[in-house]
Amino acid sequence: MSTLVEIRNLSKVYTRGTERLEVLHHVNLDIERGDFLALMGPSGSGKTTLLNLIGGLDSPTDGSIAVDGKRIDALGEGALARWRAAHVGFVFQFYNLLPMLSARKNVELPLLLTHLSAAARKRNAAVALELVGLKDRAAHKPAELSGGQQQRVAIARAIVSDPTLLVCDEPTGDLDRQSASEILTLLQQLNSEHGKTVIVVTHDPKAAEYARHTLHLDKGTLVEGGGAPAGAVASA
Amino acid sequence: MKYLHLVWAALLRRRTRTVFTLLSVLAAFLLFGLLDSVHSAFTVGSRDVAGVDRLVTVSKVSFILSLPKSLYERIQAVPGVRAVSYANWFGGIYQDPKNFFPNEAVAPNFLSLYPEWVLPQAERQAFRDTRTGAVVGASLARQFGWKVGDKIPLQATIFPQKDGSNTWTFDLVGIYHASDPKLVSAENLFFFNWDYFDEARQFGNGNIGWYITQVADPREADRVAQKIDDLSFDSDHETKTQSEQAFNVAFVSQFADIGLIVGAIMGAVFFTLILLTGNTMAQAVRERIPELAVLKTIGFSNASVLSLVLAEAVALLLSGAVLGLLLAGVVVAAVRLKMGTALPLDPVGRDIWLQGLALAVVVGLIVGALPALRGMRLRIVDALSGR
Repeated sequence: MSTLVEIRNLSKVYTRGTERLEVLHHVNLDIERGDFLALMGPSGSGKTTLLNLIGGLDSPTDGSIAVDGKRIDALGEGALARWRAAHVGFVFQFYNLLPMLSARKNVELPLLLTHLSAAARKRNAAVALELVGLKDRAAHKPAELSGGQQQRVAIARAIVSDPTLLVCDEPTGDLDRQSASEILTLLQQLNSEHGKTVIVVTHDPKAAEYARHTLHLDKGTLVEGGGAPAGAVASA
Repeated sequence: MKYLHLVWAALLRRRTRTVFTLLSVLAAFLLFGLLDSVHSAFTVGSRDVAGVDRLVTVSKVSFILSLPKSLYERIQAVPGVRAVSYANWFGGIYQDPKNFFPNEAVAPNFLSLYPEWVLPQAERQAFRDTRTGAVVGASLARQFGWKVGDKIPLQATIFPQKDGSNTWTFDLVGIYHASDPKLVSAENLFFFNWDYFDEARQFGNGNIGWYITQVADPREADRVAQKIDDLSFDSDHETKTQSEQAFNVAFVSQFADIGLIVGAIMGAVFFTLILLTGNTMAQAVRERIPELAVLKTIGFSNASVLSLVLAEAVALLLSGAVLGLLLAGVVVAAVRLKMGTALPLDPVGRDIWLQGLALAVVVGLIVGALPALRGMRLRIVDALSGR
């Protein structure tokens, strides 16, 4: 397997008024293509910040991030938005679906940024919904779906434009055990059968068990243990 | 177009709020349509290109002071004058003071100076031949159900008859139509024969209210006007001669500055509308910050988010404007049908629609600007974490 994500000497500092908070401290990390990685750690350890940086939602204070060989830390806001649209699928804890749109229309959202025709968008959205087992719920609005189903719609939205990378922030944090298990199994399938590289942030050790590897963060630094991949190194 | 469903979804997110906001926009544009219709009706005379070759001569001191009839021949003799006529305000009331319409005594050749008012030749001749004859505009006739051959009594408010009677009875001999739909508000006039008026009135006999002069060459109008005023210079009846358009504007201004009143009302209405819809849009966007953050996460650019919010505001304003102007059109048509010319209203036409829709777009962009900028500038990680 080749390296998909290459993080070097990554730091992130937030400033709130006069307070300066270093959330990530000189992190070095390689994530292999096709990996399923769980990022664990206590609250405030920096795992969501790391995920946001990998997903191009935020910019580092220092260091570099390359995804598939492209330095995303050097991209401007517009270029970063285009890069996200083409390469990353996002899954959030609270699904973040647009409540007025049907499941299909929610899934179609990323395709609006492509040159696909309306018919092609509809077709691709149907395929994505079928993949997550919600073909028969395409016309339903989010409020008419269970939490697990909403998260499946969110996953369909994340994969509909066929991204290289899926980043999931506590995807099972708002679900019951049964639904959580189904969602994690789905992510496993997307990883093993469709070759998606999946990075999941979670508090739940049971959720982490679905991943191939687990990394622990503490106070902004990677710590050894939990089956870290060969490329993952704790910061100095 | 592919983003249109996102705009509507955003608007329908809080249906009740959207409906009430839409109603307030509708009300503002209904008022806009109605007031612009009134304004248009009052100023139509000043825009009337048919009258560019006509001058009106009144007393320099006051419009209500009369002029001697001896001026008639002298004005006719001014070089560049093609025809001269004259008229006098009568101020009669038909049945009830609420039934106001302008009524004037006019010289026999008066109607020939107004080719834009179409009157059949036979009726034109009947007007000349009938001492108590009167002609009225079609709108006025429709309003009161008058037809040729009717006797119409008017109660004098200024000019009693020599026998002391205030009732003047006229024979309706003709009904004229405006040749141009834009001049339809001129179909509310009532004219009757000068001779009948001048012989029967108790006082002021031989005096003229105002002269109308048709010039041979409109480009010479200023020079002719000056020559006419020179006729009575330094006399006890100095005159002021101006184009008919200028006279109409000055006449309407005697009642009120309609343009200023309409402008002031609309200014207040749209200022309030901007505050109201601006607040609604700000609230709507504030509630949807996480959703906008999701759109940006997915890859929507800052410009896309800005455009979506602006489109939402413009769509809201345009929807309300279309409904308001449609309703204004219906109301104006109904009022014109019911009240005829008692309330001067122009149809809600193309100009009012274009102005209204342009105004809706401008107001939409104004009220959408701040929320759109907020949406554009939001930081994804802050918005998603609820900061």
